[in-house]
Amino acid sequence: MSTATPMKKTWLTPFNIIVGIILLVGGFVTILRFTKGLAGVTNLTDNYPWGIWISFDLLCGVALAAGGFTTSAACYIFGLKRFHSAVRPAILTAFLGYSLVVFALHYDVGRPWRLPYPFFVQSGTTSVLFEVGLCVFLYLITLFVEWVPSALEWLGFKKPRNVIVRMTLALTIFGVVLSTMHQSSLGALYLIAPSKMHPLWYSMFLPLFFFVSAIAAGLSMVIFEGTLSHHYLHAKMDKTYLKEHDGVTFGFAKGAAVVLVVYFFIKIVGITLDNNWHYLFTGYGAWFLFELLGFVALPAFLYAMAVREHNACLVRWGAVITVLGIVLNRFNVSLVAFNWQLPPAQKYFPSWMEIAISVFIVTLGLLVFRFIATKMPIFYEHPNFREHVPHEGEEEEAPEFVEHELKPHPQSLGH
Amino acid sequence: MENTFYTLHDFFVFTKGSAYILMGVILLGILGFWLFITGRDEETFIK
Repeated sequence: MSTATPMKKTWLTPFNIIVGIILLVGGFVTILRFTKGLAGVTNLTDNYPWGIWISFDLLCGVALAAGGFTTSAACYIFGLKRFHSAVRPAILTAFLGYSLVVFALHYDVGRPWRLPYPFFVQSGTTSVLFEVGLCVFLYLITLFVEWVPSALEWLGFKKPRNVIVRMTLALTIFGVVLSTMHQSSLGALYLIAPSKMHPLWYSMFLPLFFFVSAIAAGLSMVIFEGTLSHHYLHAKMDKTYLKEHDGVTFGFAKGAAVVLVVYFFIKIVGITLDNNWHYLFTGYGAWFLFELLGFVALPAFLYAMAVREHNACLVRWGAVITVLGIVLNRFNVSLVAFNWQLPPAQKYFPSWMEIAISVFIVTLGLLVFRFIATKMPIFYEHPNFREHVPHEGEEEEAPEFVEHELKPHPQSLGH
Repeated sequence: MENTFYTLHDFFVFTKGSAYILMGVILLGILGFWLFITGRDEETFIK
């Protein structure tokens, strides 16, 4: 007779404890924010009406969610079907990214219940911010519809799922149009402040800078998210996903390398057209060069070397540096280079509560991502809804999907 | 690097001229970068 007793599953894991603390602090600050107002929790002033919630949650969130439209455009518009398995994770990341952007916006605007006003009550059609708002509003709906088939497959609703899947191409085109518009318009927002922003960051090409850098961010985010998922959600991936994973990594690395080089060169053209070369020899110039060489040129070179040498580790380093570079760029544009002539005492630095809310929102996103990715067919094709057509000479395989316990795959880090 | 510009026309002649030269360099640079990236691709060999 066996005396072995089953191991008790404990909820007190380091992950759960940290997440629990973040959620508690986030909940507490949320109550403060909506009872005491913006002044109660933020360091925002008349000089800095937009703080870290715009710089990080909105500008970085939108840029890093660009993987959705780049991946679906590559697959469905440019016909690169070898990236098909990366579409669902990318759409999910984008959908959650945009949802959290809108969620964060409720904290940032003074009267969040009036967010629908610009669309339904009083449209400010001549405002760039109106265009950004409308595009984000429509793109969030588009991403929701693009994501919904996963949920419908999970719930077993075949008919509505099939109707939505037939709309994929139209949704992709709509998504690309909307993304092109609002990614660039976020840069265009800052065109209104030429006297406030440092000349090295201010340029009439700001919309173009934002759009091109968002594509690089999106591609890098797909690689970065794929690496993390490969490690933590390996058990949820089917053979097709695992087989296509390397192709996605190197294909996206090649794309990101080219986009980063183009971005690097158009930044140089921006300096040339404004004749801002002399600013490079100042303190701000050193910071600008640090961003441009360390977070644009370096990852472009790493990606190129990685593709040439077929080195997946280098690709991951390139992706991490690019993602950090986009965050740095958005912070530079909206905070560091903004109001650069103000004396240091009047400069903005976020309060701990602003940072806590940003961490809280990212944690919420991670939790929802983990829930959806473990429950719904994101990294595998649902056995009842298979679309994968075997390649020539490839045998038709029975769908391989086995429920595993969620734990890091021991070999997944070594790739 | 700082030049003296007496008119807006002066400024544009200088900056646009520089940009045109830079465009040529960029064109060659991107071409070289593309060849560097794809240098070891099997697909580039003519069968």
